[in-house]
Amino acid sequence: MTASATGEPLLEVEDLRVRLRTPRGPASVVNGLSYTVGRGETVAVVGESGSGKSVSVLALLGLLPARVATVTGSARLDGEDLLGMSPERLRQVRGPGVGMVFQDPMTSLNPVLTIGRQLVEGIRAHGEVSKAEARRRAAGLLTEVGLPDPERALDRYPHELSGGMRQRVVIAIALSNSPSLLIADEATTALDVTVQAQILDLVEKLRADHGTGVIWITHDLGVVAGIADRVLVMYGGRCVEDGTVDDVLERPAHPYTRGLLGALPDLATADEGDLATIPGTPPAPTDPPDGCVFWPRCPVRSDPRCETEQPPLQVVGTGLSEGLPHRAATWCAEGGAR
Amino acid sequence: MTGQPVPRAAAGHTAPGSGAGHTAPGSGASPPPTEAGVRSTQRPPRPRWRETLGLLARNPTAAVAATVLLLIVLMAVFDETLAPAGPNEISVEDRLQAPGWDHPFGTDDLGRDILSRVVLGAAVSLRVGFLAVAFALVAGALIGLLAGFYGRWVDDVLMRFMDVLFAFPAVLLAIAVLAVRGPGAGNTALAIGIVYIPVFARVTRASVLGVREEVYVRASRSVGASDFRLLTRHVLPNAAPPIIVQTSISLAFAVLAEAALSFLGLGTQPPNPSWGLMLAEGRGFIDIAWWLAFFPGMAIFVTVLCFNLLGDGLRDVLDPRQRTLMAGGGR
Amino acid sequence: MVVLAGVSVIVFALVHLVPGDPIRLALGTRFDQETYDALRARSGLDQPLVEQFFGWFGRAVSGDLGVSFRSGETVTSLIAERLPATLTLAFASILVALLIAVPLGTLSALRPRSVVDRVATVLSQIGISVPEFWMAIVLILVFAGTLGWLPSGGYVPLTEDPGGWAQRLLLPAVVTGVVSGSVITRFVRSSVLEALGADHVRTAQAKGLPTRQVFTWHVLRNALLPLVTVTGVQLAYLLSGVVVVEIVFSWPGLGQLALQAVQARDYPVLQGAILLFAVVFLLINLVVDLLYTAIDPRIRR
Repeated sequence: MTASATGEPLLEVEDLRVRLRTPRGPASVVNGLSYTVGRGETVAVVGESGSGKSVSVLALLGLLPARVATVTGSARLDGEDLLGMSPERLRQVRGPGVGMVFQDPMTSLNPVLTIGRQLVEGIRAHGEVSKAEARRRAAGLLTEVGLPDPERALDRYPHELSGGMRQRVVIAIALSNSPSLLIADEATTALDVTVQAQILDLVEKLRADHGTGVIWITHDLGVVAGIADRVLVMYGGRCVEDGTVDDVLERPAHPYTRGLLGALPDLATADEGDLATIPGTPPAPTDPPDGCVFWPRCPVRSDPRCETEQPPLQVVGTGLSEGLPHRAATWCAEGGAR
Repeated sequence: MTGQPVPRAAAGHTAPGSGAGHTAPGSGASPPPTEAGVRSTQRPPRPRWRETLGLLARNPTAAVAATVLLLIVLMAVFDETLAPAGPNEISVEDRLQAPGWDHPFGTDDLGRDILSRVVLGAAVSLRVGFLAVAFALVAGALIGLLAGFYGRWVDDVLMRFMDVLFAFPAVLLAIAVLAVRGPGAGNTALAIGIVYIPVFARVTRASVLGVREEVYVRASRSVGASDFRLLTRHVLPNAAPPIIVQTSISLAFAVLAEAALSFLGLGTQPPNPSWGLMLAEGRGFIDIAWWLAFFPGMAIFVTVLCFNLLGDGLRDVLDPRQRTLMAGGGR
Repeated sequence: MVVLAGVSVIVFALVHLVPGDPIRLALGTRFDQETYDALRARSGLDQPLVEQFFGWFGRAVSGDLGVSFRSGETVTSLIAERLPATLTLAFASILVALLIAVPLGTLSALRPRSVVDRVATVLSQIGISVPEFWMAIVLILVFAGTLGWLPSGGYVPLTEDPGGWAQRLLLPAVVTGVVSGSVITRFVRSSVLEALGADHVRTAQAKGLPTRQVFTWHVLRNALLPLVTVTGVQLAYLLSGVVVVEIVFSWPGLGQLALQAVQARDYPVLQGAILLFAVVFLLINLVVDLLYTAIDPRIRR
C-alpha cells in the first residue's frame, strides 16, 4: 500500500442512501452521499448531530440493523463493493479492510471480558494464529498505542482503565488487523484535550507509517485543521460542501458551513475551536423540507429556488491546492476570498 | 417467593441515598443510578389520566384485558342478580350434570349450578384480592415513602425489616398468618397483604429516591415547604406510576394466592363459593366430571391473565423506565 | 445474619401467637394432667417466652430443632426425611424452566415482534397466569387418567426404582417448571435484548468476529448476569413455595410437611420448616452473589 500514487482511491462512495424505519415513519437519513478517500489520506466529516455522519459510516460496514435500515448506492473499497458483499466476505473485510473506532470508550468495550481477550479474538478471527502469538501481537499493539505496561493491561478489565486508556484499547482493536481504512466516529470527543492530542498524534503516525486512509468524524474544528487533508460537511444527510481543509475552512461557500465556522456573526456563536451552534434544529429525516435542506434555518436565502429545488453539488472555486475541487450544494454560494 | 424489584443482587440493601443496587445490576453501566443529568428545574409532568387512557386504548391487548376485567368486576358487583341460581341451591336430582342448556357449566355433586357459583365466586375472589392489595399498598407505600424520604436510620430499620419479611417463603408466610388468625376471607386478605408489603415498600422507596434529590423538591424545601406537603404534593405523585403498575400486577397474584389458599382449605370456607375452593372440591370428581374443576380454574386463569396484561400495558404507558418488577417476578 | 436473626424472632413470635394450647390439642382425648405437665416441661412451654426463644434459638443453631408434638420424632429427622423429595422436585423444575426459557427468550429477543416472539410472549403470559394446581389437575386428568401413561402422584427414591422415580417426577416438574420457565423467559428476552443493543456488540462486529462468536461472547455472556439472579429467585421459590403442587401430586416434600404442621398446630415442625426455608433463601442469595462476582469483574474488589 504505497501512498496516493496509484490514482485509484481507497474508498469510493457513490450515491449512498440510507432509509430507516422509525416509529414515526420512514426516515431518509442519508440522501445520495458521494465521496472518496485516498490511500494515506485523512478526510474529516463534520456536521451537527443528526446530520447522518455516523449512520453513513455504519452503513458502509453493514453495522446497521437489517430489520430497520435499507442501504442503497455503492461503496467500493479497493474496487470491491462493500454494500453487495456476502455476509462472510463482509466479516472478513471488517478488521483487515476497515477498522472502526467508536465514540464512547466507556461503552464500546465489553465490560465482562479482559482487554487481552477482546484484542486476541479480533486477531484470531482473521487468520490462523496461535493464542500465544495473538497475545504477543496484542501486547505489541498496546505498546504501539502508548498504553503503559501492556503485558499487565492484557489481563485487566475495561473498568480498571481510564477513559483515555480505554479509547487507546479501542484504537488498538481497530488497528489489530492493519486495516487499509480507519474510521473514527467522534473518537476523541469524550476525552480530555491532552489525551486527545496524543491520540491524534498516534493516528497521524499510523497514517504516515502504513498509508492508512482515515475517515475522521468530528465536530471539533481544531481536530479538523490539525489532522485532515480534506473536509466533507454534512447536513440533512447530504454533503453540502467538500474540499481541501484550506478551501473549506478559509473560504466556506455554503451558508451552513459559514454558520458552523462562525463566519456569519448574526447566525452563529462560535466557541473556541468548536463548531458554532446555529439556531434552530436540523430537519426531521421523516419530513425533509422541499428545496434546499438548509433553507428553513438559512439567513441568506437569496435565490428563488431555495424553497423549491435542492441545489446540486457544484464546483465553487478552483481551489487553493493542486486541482482538488472545492464544491458546495447551495444556490447562495459565496466563492472566492472573503 | 414474592416478587422482587427486578434482579436483586445483594442480599442486603445498600446505604441510603446511594441509589445503587436499586437499578437492575444486570444492566451494567446503564442507566445511571439516580438519573443524574436529566434533572430539570421544571416539575415533571404528572400522569395525565386522559392521555394515559388514550395510550392504553391504543394497546389492543391491554384494552381487551381492561374490558374483560371490567366485565368480571361488574359480574362480581351484580352477582346476585346475574347468577341464574343461588350459590347453594342444592338439587339432588340435578347432581353432576354435564354442561348443557340448563346449566352451561354443569352442576356439582350436590346439584349446584357451577355457572352461578363461578359468578358468585368472582365477588369473593376479587374482594379478597382487592382488600389484600389495598392493605399491602397502603402499608408498603407508607413504609417505602418514609424510608426513601427520610433515609438514614429510618431507611435502615424499615428496609431491613422488609428484608426479613421478604426472606419468608410467600405461601408459607400466608399459611402461617392464617394459622395464627384462623381461616376466612378477611384473614386471607390480611395474610396475602402482609406477604406483598415488602414489594410495595421497595417499589415506592426506589421511586422516592429517584425523586427526592430532584431540583424541584429541593427548591420546595428551601422555601420552607413542610415534609407533609412535599410528600403529598411532589414526591407521591411522582412515585405513583410504578406503584399503579405494581398494583395491577399484584392483584393478579393476590387472586392467584387466594385461590391457592382456599384450595388448601385455609382461605374461604365452605359453603361460600370461591374459585380455589371449588377447584379443591371438584378435584375429587375429576375423572367423572371434569367441569367441576375446569370452569373455576378457567375463571382464575382469565382474571389473573387480564390483570397481568393490564399491568404490562400500564407499564408501557406509565413507566417506560421499568422501575417495577415484571409480571411474574412474583412467582 | 441480621436477616436470619430477624427471621428467627418472627418465626418464633408467629408460632407462639397461634391461639390454643398445642399440647392439649396433640393429646386430644388421651388427656391426663401428668402427661400434659411432662410434655409441657419437655417442650419448655412452661418457661417465660423470652427464655423459650433463646433456648430454642440456641438449640436451633446447633441443629436441634426440637421434637414434633404430633409424632414425637425430632424435627431435624422429619425435615431430613422430606428434604430429598423437595430438592429433587426443585432442581428438576428449574431444569425444565431453563430448558424452556433460555431458547425461547433468546429466540424472541433475536427477532423482536416476529411470530416467534409473539407466540413466546403469549405462552409466557399464559404460563405466568395459570394457577399451577389447576394445571396439575388437568395434567393428571389427561396423562394419568385418560391416557394412563403416568402415575398420578407419589414419590419413590431414585435409588429404589429409577424408572418410577422419573415417571412420578415428570408431571410435577413440568407443572412448576412451566410456571417458573414463563417468568424466566421474560427476563431472558429483556436481558438479551438489552445486551444486543449494547455498544460493545458493535465493536465486536466491527472487528470482524463471526456472528456466532459475537452472540456467544458479547451478547449471551452479558445477558447471563440477570439470568443468574432470576434463576436464584425462582429456585428459592421452588424450594419453598410449591406447597400446592406437592399436595396435588402427593409429593412428600417440605411444603406438605409444613402444611400438615399448620393444620396440626405442630409448632416445632412449623418453626423448623420456616426457619429452614429462610436459611435456604439466604443461602441462595449468597450463592447468587458469589456467582455474580465470578461472572461480572466489575463487582470484584
